[in-house]
Amino acid sequence: MTVATLIERLSLEAITVADPDREVTGGYAGDLLSWVMGRAREGDAWMTIMTNINVVAVASLSDVACVVLGEGVTAAEDVVKAAATRGVTLLRSDKPTYELCALVHTALAEAAS
Amino acid sequence: MSEEALRFHFDVDGDDFTSAGQASVQVKKLLRELGVSTDVIRRVSIAMYEGEINMVIHAGGGKADVIVDETAVTIVLTDEGPGIPNIAQAMQEGYSTAPDNVRSLGFGAGMGLPNMKRYTDHMEIESQLGQGTVITMRVDL
Repeated sequence: MTVATLIERLSLEAITVADPDREVTGGYAGDLLSWVMGRAREGDAWMTIMTNINVVAVASLSDVACVVLGEGVTAAEDVVKAAATRGVTLLRSDKPTYELCALVHTALAEAAS
Repeated sequence: MSEEALRFHFDVDGDDFTSAGQASVQVKKLLRELGVSTDVIRRVSIAMYEGEINMVIHAGGGKADVIVDETAVTIVLTDEGPGIPNIAQAMQEGYSTAPDNVRSLGFGAGMGLPNMKRYTDHMEIESQLGQGTVITMRVDL
């Protein structure tokens, strides 16, 4: 499943999209950045409510497919700029993290079947 | 790659959380240009980022040296911070002495050093109380 498909399936708001054709291969949820770096896998959709600039660095270094900001949080302008510059795909939704995880899981399972 | 090792040096700013990670991002770019595998790049850049963050949180910044030769990428992080009193304790997942303002940014989960060890093939910590810490990490190619 591509990032573009994920955006469509979950009705996500696209803040920055580096590569709509990037494959999403899994999902991870977490707000402790070091924890995320230790556990998230390359190609994951990362659900978080953290919106500080370090999120962009963590997303870039762990090479996740996209960041999904949940629970209606918004990213400040400098964070959006940094994401655009570093090729990080930043998406958002008003849905709770739990629901987003369930939806990503279902979408991935359906794409694999 | 030539037989001569490539060396890169970065200064890590001590009081700037927003720019922490710049050295790691640059290293990621350099390694990509050198044609290093994506798995190695990911491990090197995460381990280095954790090290950078640690130097910003605990040591008022420091220096990062990255050496790339035919067999490995070696990262040497040097700071003149307070040193680590109990390295075995600091290596435990979840143990952290980071202040609350750092935790509110999503750091200070006590995962920094364990992540650095997890993502590298070899890690060595030399620390002198009141003088500083030198961490050497190696990721084999």
